[in-house]
Amino acid sequence: MKVVVCVKQVPDTKGGVKFNPDGTLDRGAMLTIMNPDDKAGLEAALAIKDQNEDVEVTVVTMGLPKAEEVLREAMAMGADKGVLVTDRVLGGADTWATSTTLAGALRNIDYDLIITGRQAIDGDTAQVGPQIAEHLGLPVISYAQDIKVEGDSVVVKRQYDDGYHMVKAQMPCLITALAELNEPRYMTPGGIFDAYDAEITTWGRADLKDVEDSNLGLNGSPTKIAKASDKVRKGAGEKVTPDSPEDAAKLIVDKLLSKHII
Amino acid sequence: MDFTLSKKHEMAQTLFKEFAEKEVKPLAQEIDEEHRFPRETVEKMAKAGFLGIPVPKEFGGQGCDPLTYVMCVEELSKVCGTTGVIVSAHTSLCMDPIQTFGTPAQKEKYLPDLASGKKLGAFGLTEPGAGTDAQGQQTKAVLDGDEWVLNGSKCFITNGKEADVYIIIAVTGKVEKRGRMQKEISAFIVEKDTPGFTFGTKENKMGICGSSTYELIFTDCRIPKENLLGAKGKGFGIAMHTLDGGRIGIAAQALGIAEGALETTINYVKERKQFGRSIAQFQNTQFQLADMATKVEAAKMLVYKAAMKKGEYQSGKKVSYSVEAAMAKLYAAEVAMEVTTKAVQLHGGYGYIKEYDVERMMRDAKITEIYEGTSEVQRMVISANILN
Repeated sequence: MKVVVCVKQVPDTKGGVKFNPDGTLDRGAMLTIMNPDDKAGLEAALAIKDQNEDVEVTVVTMGLPKAEEVLREAMAMGADKGVLVTDRVLGGADTWATSTTLAGALRNIDYDLIITGRQAIDGDTAQVGPQIAEHLGLPVISYAQDIKVEGDSVVVKRQYDDGYHMVKAQMPCLITALAELNEPRYMTPGGIFDAYDAEITTWGRADLKDVEDSNLGLNGSPTKIAKASDKVRKGAGEKVTPDSPEDAAKLIVDKLLSKHII
Repeated sequence: MDFTLSKKHEMAQTLFKEFAEKEVKPLAQEIDEEHRFPRETVEKMAKAGFLGIPVPKEFGGQGCDPLTYVMCVEELSKVCGTTGVIVSAHTSLCMDPIQTFGTPAQKEKYLPDLASGKKLGAFGLTEPGAGTDAQGQQTKAVLDGDEWVLNGSKCFITNGKEADVYIIIAVTGKVEKRGRMQKEISAFIVEKDTPGFTFGTKENKMGICGSSTYELIFTDCRIPKENLLGAKGKGFGIAMHTLDGGRIGIAAQALGIAEGALETTINYVKERKQFGRSIAQFQNTQFQLADMATKVEAAKMLVYKAAMKKGEYQSGKKVSYSVEAAMAKLYAAEVAMEVTTKAVQLHGGYGYIKEYDVERMMRDAKITEIYEGTSEVQRMVISANILN
């Protein structure tokens, strides 16, 4: 059985967020981690591998060359292979261009099951996983809380607002995983050494199968960012001590009028 | 000369740091107060491969170098000195001599279970009358048919009651050396639950209170003949070689304790306010911290250098790391004591209260100047080398 896990290198919120002039994230300048939902997806894949030695786990990521780090981390946890999709023309991609790119890469890989995280903590869209499934014509089960393999099918406990669904799907299919799915294992020291000695497959635009240039990178992204900013600290504010309730009401109304709120 | 860590060492350091923060730090105060061995942490470390870091993969280890192992002990000790020494004693004092001096059969029998953490290791050299003077050994081993019969006791043994496999040093006879009769010393592998092997007093210690420090008692304890480690009469050399490696582990523990105390103090002085400003703004604080940080960095260089020298030895080069190990342990242990003492001072009254980590760190630091060769012994090793 072949399982592919899509992982993303995301900013570590402990290290602060930096932006490019076009409003996209300056990923090269930030501390990074493996996206938590993706890590849970990887753990789910590795747990399947624990049950059956014949399972091969491949991790795929799209990003800057430094995104290779997240593949090494995944391999240090136990993944067998890593594929990095990186090319300048792919930069600035929104969810549409990202899913198009990843689908183009996945068409080159044999798989029975694809697992992605539900959503990345830098975008919170939860769109890439289902979009990949759509591009590849696969059934998708989102919000997985538990995954079991039964023969050529998967049985997934799918989180819902007021409960859960038990969904069974025949493979190949795609599952999006929640961080709550499991407690990801630690890398092992020996795994780290092996991961750094291992070859990472690197693909560029030319390696993507059945994709149009018009659907890639910033130019192929329907989403346009109007403005992006880091969280701004609030100041101490203005303190006022009106003489009467009437004066207080007038002050508030004047403030709201001056800010065009009313 | 390159002072930059490789990418793989950087990632290993990140792993150890994350594990220490998540799994070890939350228990540090509790196990200290309760004098409780952190079995649950040992199990988690086993799962993460921390108990077989420098052991070759063919024996079920992680196949990493001594530097990686040292960084593990350092990061664990930053938050908990007890956890650091559990790994150090297991790795340096039990697995290393088996790996270095064991027969193929001994390596195959013992290393996989030790390296996977299924079993824990310990080392028994010290006796009530034989500490720094290792020739003062009283424990005897006599060959009787196909078995060695051990009688005697060992004290202050780290991982004492929790271990499963013990390296025991004992007297096997007398030999003439330079016209004088001396004790012939040999090394043995002894398994827990061997009839005649029991435990005495649990030591009530000043620091590293979660570690299991026990007296080991051997009363007509019979072990198979093949459990002799190395050649008969080579036990003293095996013990000294083992301690050379062990000292790098303890140096890493001392370094970690010092770093932990420094980090804790940096955070504290930024928050603590006196006379209307944080105490970090006072020049006394700044100068104290500067001295502490400089000494910690110097200790780190010595510890990493010793580890790398041991790495060269392990990769087949005919080099000795004995002096580097002694220098690293001497300096890192004394820095740990100095830095933790200053850390308590900078914390003021709070530093003397058990809720504050630096109180524990200062108690934990003291032992690093004593075990696996006191600072005085390290000075003897270093001076003997430079005068020769």
